[in-house]
Amino acid sequence: MTTKTETMDYDEVLERFDPVLGLEVHVELSTRTKMFCGCPNAFGGEPNTHVCPTCLGLPGALPVVNGSAVESAIRIGLGLNCEIAGWCRFARKNYFYPDMPKNFQTSQYDEPIAFDGYLDVELGDGETVRVGIERAHMEEDTGKSLHVGGATGRIHGADYSLLDYNRAGVPLIEIVTKPITGAGRRAPEVARAYVTALRDLLRAMGVSDVRMDQGSLRCDANVSLSPKGDEAFGTRSETKNVNSLRSVERAVRYEMTRQATLLSRGERVVQETRHFQEADGTTSAGRPKETSEDYRYFPEPDLVPIAPSSAWVEELRSTLPELPWERRRRIQQEWQLTDEELRDLVNTGAADVVAATVDAGAPVDDARSWWVQFLTEQANSRGVDLADLPVTPAQVARVIALISEGTLTNKLGREVVLGVLAGEGDPDEVIASRGLEVVSDDSALTAAIDEALAAQPDVVEKIRGGKVQAAGAIVGAVMKATQGQADAKRVRELILQRCGAE
Amino acid sequence: MDPTTRTAAELAAGIHSGELSSVEVTRSHLERIAKVDSEINAFLHVETEGALATAEKVDADIAAGRRPASPLAGVPLGLKDVLTTKGIPTTCGSRTLEGWIPPYDATVTRKLREADVVVLGKTNMDEFAMGSSTENSAYGPTRNPWDTTRVPGGSSGGSAAALAAFQAPVTVGTDTGGSVRQPGALTGTVGVKPTYGGVSRYGLVAFSSSLDQAGPCARTVLDAALLHEVIGGHDPMDSTSLNAPVPPVVEAARRGASGDLRGLRVGVVTELGGEGYQPGVLRSFAAAVDTLRELGAEVAEVSCPNFEYALSAYYLIAPSECSSNLARFDAMRYGLRVADDGTNGADDVMSLSREAGFGAEVKRRIIIGTYALSAGYYDAYYGSAQKVRSLVTRDFDAAYDQVDVLVSPTAPTTAFRVGERVDDPMSMYRADLCTIPTNLAGTAAMSVPSGLSDEDGLPVGLQIMAPALADDRMYEVGAAYERARDAAAGGALADRIPEL
Ligand SMILES: [Zn+2]
Repeated sequence: MTTKTETMDYDEVLERFDPVLGLEVHVELSTRTKMFCGCPNAFGGEPNTHVCPTCLGLPGALPVVNGSAVESAIRIGLGLNCEIAGWCRFARKNYFYPDMPKNFQTSQYDEPIAFDGYLDVELGDGETVRVGIERAHMEEDTGKSLHVGGATGRIHGADYSLLDYNRAGVPLIEIVTKPITGAGRRAPEVARAYVTALRDLLRAMGVSDVRMDQGSLRCDANVSLSPKGDEAFGTRSETKNVNSLRSVERAVRYEMTRQATLLSRGERVVQETRHFQEADGTTSAGRPKETSEDYRYFPEPDLVPIAPSSAWVEELRSTLPELPWERRRRIQQEWQLTDEELRDLVNTGAADVVAATVDAGAPVDDARSWWVQFLTEQANSRGVDLADLPVTPAQVARVIALISEGTLTNKLGREVVLGVLAGEGDPDEVIASRGLEVVSDDSALTAAIDEALAAQPDVVEKIRGGKVQAAGAIVGAVMKATQGQADAKRVRELILQRCGAE
Repeated sequence: MDPTTRTAAELAAGIHSGELSSVEVTRSHLERIAKVDSEINAFLHVETEGALATAEKVDADIAAGRRPASPLAGVPLGLKDVLTTKGIPTTCGSRTLEGWIPPYDATVTRKLREADVVVLGKTNMDEFAMGSSTENSAYGPTRNPWDTTRVPGGSSGGSAAALAAFQAPVTVGTDTGGSVRQPGALTGTVGVKPTYGGVSRYGLVAFSSSLDQAGPCARTVLDAALLHEVIGGHDPMDSTSLNAPVPPVVEAARRGASGDLRGLRVGVVTELGGEGYQPGVLRSFAAAVDTLRELGAEVAEVSCPNFEYALSAYYLIAPSECSSNLARFDAMRYGLRVADDGTNGADDVMSLSREAGFGAEVKRRIIIGTYALSAGYYDAYYGSAQKVRSLVTRDFDAAYDQVDVLVSPTAPTTAFRVGERVDDPMSMYRADLCTIPTNLAGTAAMSVPSGLSDEDGLPVGLQIMAPALADDRMYEVGAAYERARDAAAGGALADRIPEL
């Protein structure tokens, strides 16, 4: 069929059907090394440079569990109010795919490390919805395939494929919700709010970069419809490739409408994976899942069981950082915000980053103005969420501190942040490499001042005569000579000092 | 005296005292390999240059008065071709890995190199260690030096035959269901399966991860002990490696040589004997038990009722794990790749390469294992097999409450003829009847020759089993028995190996 079919109106969808959601989120942990070997866990890199016998699956190589990944998994479980297993194992998930070096994925099957929890998520109007968490389990990521040639960019029809195993073995946590029912019209919004809350939680815990654009947080959205009043779940589709919070919302809404249209025409929903198309907000059919694949799971014999002691779990629980919603409650009080002001801050995605910037030592007002104004503009112009900007609250706090101590002007501060956003490193590195530091070396300034004073003896006379405001002309000349990098306040002080008019 | 007929302990003593040169000793073994291996086919690869380089280093160290790196420094050794060797081919006896040069050393290999042991080359084996005769090697069967029309057992047949053919004084094998002990029995040599986790599996190309264990092979118990201490020990690269010191096996072997076993309780496993066993094997075993009694041991019968199911459980667990372990041979990163002609897709290239690269027995086990793990069959097959495994372990625990070591014949028969069982997998699988329970339980066992069968003049093995981490106990018993056996026979068993 090539003709574009009429799709059902969203209101009508909701009159006739109840949506059921299931969200599977994969999070790449930001541990220093990979899940089962000592290779660096770093995004990017020249292809096949972060590899070793273990993550390449070479014959004979063996895995060893990364203890800090287990710790992160437990912390995530605790943050999601889960039970933590006292004893659990890894399992092998067997299937063939060229970017998976062993042709099995070391994962967890019926013994996840964390299970049966929940996450309370706040919608835009302040209403809170509790999303049940089925489980959170540990596994390893696959490598990446680049299919060259062919029309679809997928393996079938490609001329050849390139394989990069840098990502193979990166620690992943898969977090699966219980079926989310009863959300009705707000289902797409709930999906987005859940992923947002999860992302904020993981970021606060410092366990992952949670960059949807780089794939360190990936969401698969399962959607099905039940006819109004019918308890049984309908056939579901699983939409992959949902790379932003906005896409989560769009994908769910599109699937609801697509499935309702099919069902209302007496057709059936095919159980399949679908790919979200960022460009037009639609989904397209992928792999059919009619017969569920048999992964032949069995306990991983190369690894010993994991048995976190209750003492360790309690220690981790006691060191959980302030969770985002607790922090919001606190900043509302401390900053004396109304509910509405707080919600605005939250809805623009600024609340947590502002709070984190304050925690890193910046004054509240400065932190707010940087994020709400300059950085929000930057996020908008790049089309990313504020929190996904490649600058950290600590870096923003550093720039604010440099401005207040006079090392940077406001204008230079913005330039420094642009440098950080461009990937040039920490603020101090950007200042060094771009040569942006305010000229604060008095001897360098003195030379420029003496030159300016010599050029305008008449002005010097006026200053000496008590007309201190005349110094402005000299300040201007010095700023011009130093290409704006001098601290004007200091220049003025030095001029007055030189003219004996302090 | 020809260095190739001497034990590793004697060679080491000679080399370390400067009386022998490692280079000479190494050359003698290389010459022996060159002379007899066309007939035996124990080696898949001979590493002449590397071996001589190590030997020269040891000789230089000794000449300069430096301490040898280990008690086996300068002694030649054969390494089963299932352990990775950086820069040296590793085939696992399979077409699929022909020409593969590993970029890393197995931990066992690393320890041998650090110990300055002279690695002569890589020994032949059943493909991916699946078999009991070494006939499943893609590079031709290994022959038994006692009778070259017969098999040396398997899968470590190359490692065992190399000892009996005097190509090496010590070798390393691997034992998943008896692959070190049964070839030891069939070639009249000593083969040890250490406690699971006692020797690192890092770099041991996996057949069945929960069962595989590398172990020493030698012509004497003491030589096996010396090698055991070189290759054993905790390895952080292997999660299943035991964080415990290597049991004092050398000391135990030396103590055992005094021949006193008073106070030792020996259990004869009722279920491992009787019908289906070659009469000559049973007679040899009975005589060995008598010898143990004469050495002062108390002997009792011990019943392990669940051993009856061990073979069936093994042939579900091992193939299941193998079906997953061997999935990585997909022609994408290393190994044989066929049909990549631009028209076949990745799936077809993978499938056709596996078809071309694996032999019949490997395919049989991959198919059995894939089936046993399938949804709907898992509980009946893999699940039940795991239950049997627990029961077998419980039998061992109960038995070791009553006795210090258990004994049985190592294999039900002496060496069979090349080709005799290749078309009958079930009779081939029965060769591991007595050895499999130990692998399932993860405990220790060794095979020590108990002389020759009176009906066919071929070697018979006595299996001595010990609890986990009590490997030293079986070395003590083995050494005591070995000394009494040779004393009764009026000479070493190895002296009776026919000339090649
Ligand atoms: Zn690695």
